[in-house]
Amino acid sequence: MTGRRILGWGVADGLVLILALVPVLWIISLSLKTPATISDGNVFPQEISFENYEGIFEQSVFTDALRNSIGIALIATLIAVVLASMAAYAIARLNFPGKAIMLGAALMIAMFPPISIVGPLFNMWRTFGLFDTWPGLIIPYLTFALPLAIYTLSAFFREIPWELEQAAQIDGATPFQAFRKVIVPLAAPGVFTTAILVFIFCWNDFVFAVSLTSTSAAQTVPAAISQFPGASQFTQPTGSIAAAAVVVTIPIIIMVLIFQRRIVAGLTAGAVKG
Amino acid sequence: MAEIVLDGITKRYPDGTEAVKSMDLQIADGEFIILVGPSGCGKSTALRMIAGLEDITEGELRIDGEVVNDKAPKDRDIAMVFQNYALYPHMTVGENMGFALKLAGTDKAEIQRKVREAAKILDLEGQLDRKPANLSGGQRQRVAMGRAIVRSPKAFLMDEPLSNLDAKLRVQMRTEVSRIQSRLEVTTVYVTHDQTEAMTLGDRVAVMRLGELQQVDSPKELYDHPVNLFVAGFIGSPAMNFFSATVDGNTVHLPIGDVPLPDELRRGLESRGGASREVIAGLRPEDFEDASLVDRGRQDGGIEFAAKIDLVESMGSEIYAYFGHEGEAASSEQIAEAAEGAEGGQVVARLNPDSQVARGQEARLWLDSAKLHLFDPQSGENLTRAPSAAATA
Repeated sequence: MTGRRILGWGVADGLVLILALVPVLWIISLSLKTPATISDGNVFPQEISFENYEGIFEQSVFTDALRNSIGIALIATLIAVVLASMAAYAIARLNFPGKAIMLGAALMIAMFPPISIVGPLFNMWRTFGLFDTWPGLIIPYLTFALPLAIYTLSAFFREIPWELEQAAQIDGATPFQAFRKVIVPLAAPGVFTTAILVFIFCWNDFVFAVSLTSTSAAQTVPAAISQFPGASQFTQPTGSIAAAAVVVTIPIIIMVLIFQRRIVAGLTAGAVKG
Repeated sequence: MAEIVLDGITKRYPDGTEAVKSMDLQIADGEFIILVGPSGCGKSTALRMIAGLEDITEGELRIDGEVVNDKAPKDRDIAMVFQNYALYPHMTVGENMGFALKLAGTDKAEIQRKVREAAKILDLEGQLDRKPANLSGGQRQRVAMGRAIVRSPKAFLMDEPLSNLDAKLRVQMRTEVSRIQSRLEVTTVYVTHDQTEAMTLGDRVAVMRLGELQQVDSPKELYDHPVNLFVAGFIGSPAMNFFSATVDGNTVHLPIGDVPLPDELRRGLESRGGASREVIAGLRPEDFEDASLVDRGRQDGGIEFAAKIDLVESMGSEIYAYFGHEGEAASSEQIAEAAEGAEGGQVVARLNPDSQVARGQEARLWLDSAKLHLFDPQSGENLTRAPSAAATA
């Protein structure tokens, strides 16, 4: 009975893993093939070649885009997390009129389909001179990232017992000291989780990136990949696209690996009874 | 160490409800005072106003003669032990205890010395490098106490510090708290809803009801001379028994029998006008006894009556016998608030363990009429409280 159960779960887990990993393996396999063998039909490359990787890093289209992606995503994440921490803290701790409306409005904005505002934004940004600039992408990213960040962070702040802050006040801390020395360390897992979510959101965006940029001044990787030139006008840049896709996945994987230890649930265990 | 004075302290919320109503209380330097009452009586709010965690709507709060109404908690130099301990989970036990000193800019060696000293008092020396999550409930409770002790503050404020412990540990920590307080001689305000803690810990006990102070007295005075039905019903376990009764000249007509009115009680009644009236009579469980076990000499001070015993609980050192009576049950808002289930005509008597009373059988019981309390059914005021005792309140 138990043997059969283990077998059953093994098969189920295996299926899920295969379904999740096949596209990734396929992309990696494509990226390691030479242009000549791209369409040879083999799942695994007959001969491993790093030609595609060398190729994309030689093109300024990709390296510029990588710089833009990292810069834009980091700046947007930083601004979103700082602003959202303060907003979420206020939402979790204070009872002010219009709190529910504010949260509702934030959620509504997050639900807004990005594609529907791309057209107007395109026209506005050209008028304001924001088209094809970093702020031109950071601002729309913030409008979608902030509600997400405020929501996640206020849930984390609510988890921190209010007594801890009062205890700190009684221990002689100013409100800012209490926030910095007690609340922030405890909210750290929440802040990191939020930061990663926001970063991934900005990093992966395609709709804004492709519509609001046109040159390497602000074009991010997802937009750049779609515009990779082939070796000649008759060849598809499949290998380069695959290699670029693998490269842009790496920062995300590294971030999650670095921070996963900090995203430990239950850091607050032991503060209060229970 | 300091004297704390509450002068007409009121807490009124924006919606108009008053959690604490014009509370006057003088807490002497080094005194251990207990605020006790059922939940929602305003005792915690009062404590939090002393701590500075709640604004004071009206009145004046003085610590050491200085008005501190508008001072932030950190400037009041008081320490507080929270009901759920509120330990900082990201700090070790030692860091938790030294946090206040660190904020105050004390140098490291001094912090270490003080933390060690407090840890020694609390038997926490081996735990200083552990995190709160790895401690047992009792240890966490001691860390919370330690955090208060290391600072040598002007006063300790404790908000039901033992209510999260299991029964056995609670008794143990109760003596610990008492020992520490008498050793450090720091003014302590202790909030609890547990009347056993109130009776055993405090120099004085302040009983609160619906935001109002009812009586502030020594535990013995509260027990022997409660000012009203609420205090009488709240203090003591099992609670005082109440009967609807009438006073007629020199006799009190109780549902279980007629009791001659002792002189002392009659004087008390007369000083409050009228010797014949409706009253609520109260009698503590230990003021009953098995009639066959009462000394000859004492017998005259009370009456004997027959009762059909509904239930017997033997505790080893004593027996609780429950019986009903035919008369109308005493009903009063104050009794209902003080002790749930005190109404309903059920009487509990604490008897000598040698008593032979048995469930379902008729027994001869005796009651001590000198211990009778008589209360006004409307106001709940104790009609028999000696005027001299009233003057000291």
